[in-house]
Amino acid sequence: MSLATPMTEVPVEEHGAETGHALVTEMYQPTGFFLENVWIIPAVMAVSFLIILFFGKRFAKKGSEVGLAAIGISWVLAVITGIQWISQRGKVPEAEGSGEHAAGALLAAGEEATEGAEIGINAVVRTITWWSNGGIDFPVGTLVDGLTIMMLFVVTSISLLVHVYSTDYVAGDRRYTHFFAFLSLFTAAMLFFVVSENIIQMIVGWELVGVCSFVLIGHWWEDQENSDAALKAFLTNRVGDVGLLVGMIMLFWAAGTFETLDINRMINNGEIGHTTLLIASLSLLAAVMSKSGQFVLHTWLPDAMAGPTPVSALIHAATMVVAGVYMVARLYPVFYEGMSISGSSINALAVIGSITVVFGGLLAFVQDDIKKVLAYSTISQLGYMILALGVGAWTAAMFHLFTHAFFKAGLFLGAGSVSHSVHSFDMKKEMGGLRKFMPTTYKTFVVSSLALAGVFPLAGFWSKDEILVGTGGWGLFGGTGGNGAYTLMLVMGIVGAALTGAYMTRVIYLTFFGEFRGHGTPHESGKRITTPLIILAGMAAVAGLLNLPAGFITGSHDGWQERFGHYVEPTADYFPAISHGIPSYSLAIVSSLIAFAGIGYAYYYYFVKVAAQSPTATELSSGLTSTNKVAKAGHTLLKNKYYLDHLYTGIITGFTKGPLAKSTYWFNQNVIDRTVDNVGRGAVKGGQFIYDKVDQGFIDGAVNATGTASQGAGQELRLMQNGRVQRYATFLFVAATILAGIFTVIV
Amino acid sequence: MILNQFLLLAAILFCLGVYGALARRNAVLVLMSIELILNSVNINLVAFGAYHGNLSGEVFALFIIAVAAAEVGIGLAIVLLIYRNRRSIDLNQADLMKG
Amino acid sequence: MSLVLASVDWNIAQNVFFYIFAIIMVFSAFKVVTTDNIVHAALFLVVVLAGVAAQFILLGAEFLASTQVLVYIGAVVVLFLFGIMLTRAQVGADSELDQPNRWPALLTGSMMFAVLAATLIRTFEDTELPDETVTTTQQVSDTIFSQYIVAFEATSVLLLAALIGAIVIARKD
Repeated sequence: MSLATPMTEVPVEEHGAETGHALVTEMYQPTGFFLENVWIIPAVMAVSFLIILFFGKRFAKKGSEVGLAAIGISWVLAVITGIQWISQRGKVPEAEGSGEHAAGALLAAGEEATEGAEIGINAVVRTITWWSNGGIDFPVGTLVDGLTIMMLFVVTSISLLVHVYSTDYVAGDRRYTHFFAFLSLFTAAMLFFVVSENIIQMIVGWELVGVCSFVLIGHWWEDQENSDAALKAFLTNRVGDVGLLVGMIMLFWAAGTFETLDINRMINNGEIGHTTLLIASLSLLAAVMSKSGQFVLHTWLPDAMAGPTPVSALIHAATMVVAGVYMVARLYPVFYEGMSISGSSINALAVIGSITVVFGGLLAFVQDDIKKVLAYSTISQLGYMILALGVGAWTAAMFHLFTHAFFKAGLFLGAGSVSHSVHSFDMKKEMGGLRKFMPTTYKTFVVSSLALAGVFPLAGFWSKDEILVGTGGWGLFGGTGGNGAYTLMLVMGIVGAALTGAYMTRVIYLTFFGEFRGHGTPHESGKRITTPLIILAGMAAVAGLLNLPAGFITGSHDGWQERFGHYVEPTADYFPAISHGIPSYSLAIVSSLIAFAGIGYAYYYYFVKVAAQSPTATELSSGLTSTNKVAKAGHTLLKNKYYLDHLYTGIITGFTKGPLAKSTYWFNQNVIDRTVDNVGRGAVKGGQFIYDKVDQGFIDGAVNATGTASQGAGQELRLMQNGRVQRYATFLFVAATILAGIFTVIV
Repeated sequence: MILNQFLLLAAILFCLGVYGALARRNAVLVLMSIELILNSVNINLVAFGAYHGNLSGEVFALFIIAVAAAEVGIGLAIVLLIYRNRRSIDLNQADLMKG
Repeated sequence: MSLVLASVDWNIAQNVFFYIFAIIMVFSAFKVVTTDNIVHAALFLVVVLAGVAAQFILLGAEFLASTQVLVYIGAVVVLFLFGIMLTRAQVGADSELDQPNRWPALLTGSMMFAVLAATLIRTFEDTELPDETVTTTQQVSDTIFSQYIVAFEATSVLLLAALIGAIVIARKD
């Protein structure tokens, strides 16, 4: 798509009038060097990968300085690109009562929605044709809009902090250079994925990050467990990738093009049928379930904790797992129209998300390994993001992605710092009372946990609250608007918040309070580990201010509020006209109370009762699960991870390996092979027959017969030669006479 | 005189010569029969030459005489050699090429 | 088709002499091929050859007639007689001169004559020879040494080869 003229006409849609979102009739085309050349950012990381891979061992710091320099450059470029986008966005005036409030205006006054059509801002698209075949062009290019720059910032920031962290954490490792090479490759792949201009590129990026995940999880592949975990991650993702390919190809055939923006525009204009979109969105949902760890295909994520902690922080908390969420966000019209998000109270996306929230949270309670708790927490939070997308709260989902990246990475790196010191991840056996030994880690961990739990005024509170607002299920005090009435999702979201607070409190108690149960003397980690922790905790604390709901604090719509939504949410013809919820004080208070209830109960259980039992205790010896049968059964269910692993490996693969493979083998040997053998035997017999009867008997017989005949004739004729000349002369003369006679007499 | 007189005469001599060449046992007699044949041919040639008023017939006949003489010389030499080696010029006994 | 009565006025002498000589020749030729005495066969051959020379005269080829007598009767027959002598032919009647199986030769001869005669009669029914058919020696020599010079030279080479060949074959080594 070439750069259009700055103002382009966009057809008016009736859809927008119903939902109240402002219509986009004109679009401004932004320009800027960094916006147009955003391909440099992944290219820098790719070059760094190649340099480290081939020459890393020769460098003084074994290649890590190359990686650090590259990610530093990429981070700076990402920031500059972001600044350029913000300045371009600033050139477009905000419509009267900017889009985010159109719903509120509708509820309050009711007239402003249909007038004051907004001027949108188009994305910066740069593309070249990679190759073409059979009349279809396969393009490759970059697409920059608000979503892209948000993702660029998140990926490069977390990657930069992880690079710094790794120089200390992975130091002395047997494959240090290799680790940094693949960190660079992963970052390059994720950046490539994020700036994808068309769905083919998205598939390529998707697969590339999957491969890097495999390599990095299996970093210490000498242990069978680790390589098993890497394979499990890759193969589970593969199952979902079937859905990805089916969905993407359906979209291509429906739209006739690979370009994401064109597909979105066509869907917004109603040019693609609803059934197609429904099936495509369900297929893509399968891919999201595997990549973003939604319930049923999430089983790989906890096992992926076998990789080094920086890898878990980067890939399985902040970046790769959100690839699925990003894909839904990028192709939002597919899901918005396909699953009929607006105006309903339940749809597949929201259901999967909400189930994941609760089930993931429940599983976090029974883990002894600190990283596994955080893994289930990640699953639960990803459920929140999908839930938000499922109810139409697009900006809320993206904002939660943004804040989650920071506090979850902070939590993982904190766990890494703890393990670096006690050399284990087992909370019950090796940790306890660490707040005295590792104060910085303790403080940053607590801040990040509170942010995760959604405590006011940390980042998590704002993002989680916005999601709950977006569900539109709150009916008290005028409700919150939104795209539908997803009451069930609201309930599950609040329950999830309570669970989150509870299990994080458990983790904090088991790790930092009580008495130290391990061996040796733990110590605080070095500066390169603690500095990223501090930075991340700081971001977890203040990031919420980026998207303060307008009118929430001051009651007025000032320009500094809702900055995140303003810059990130697209106002263009390729984004569906979604409506936004208005924040409600009552909901915020009620959800906070319930979250505090969760924290409070856990506090009571651990800090009071367990501590009372003994300083080194980790659980109540006569707790609920040892006395109550139902509770015990529930506990066992959770301990076995809902028997999902048993289902997958035992039942499904067991059936395939066993009866299915055996019956197929029987069929192959006895039916197929037998047929082939019989054909072979038949051919041999046929050949034998032909050889004996036809070749030897008939053909050779004929040939031999001519020989025999010639010989016989020769034998007979030989007798004519009696050696006497006169007989020969007789023949000569007789023949001559006869010939002469014929020629003269007859002729 | 009609041409046919000479031609028929030549034909008779020719056939007698052929008969002699095939029916005689002695090699020298066979050669004599062949002389008969050659002479009959000569008559033919000269007759035709006279008929057409052309000298070519005579000249050809002359060459035939020369060649015939040479041929008889060689033939008799061969017969002598056969006689020397086999003590007989019976053609029925000269059947080494039998079969 | 009357051969005998086809004689025209002053050709009577030619015809008469022709027939006399013809009959003698045929008889002698017949004797050549059937007689028991080999020397007689050679002598009858002489008669035949003389008869041929006479026919040549009748046809006006005088040089040829003399050459015939000189070469054939004078040299070839002598050669034959030498041959007879050197191969110790039986003097007097010899019963082994003829093949036991004579009928193929008879058959051949008669067939051949039949064909020839039929053809000749059909083709040259009553064609007459021209009146003046005499050719002089000078004409013959002119023709030989101008038109047929190559054949002449070749013949001389041939005779040389035959001479050498005969000597080589027949010498006693």
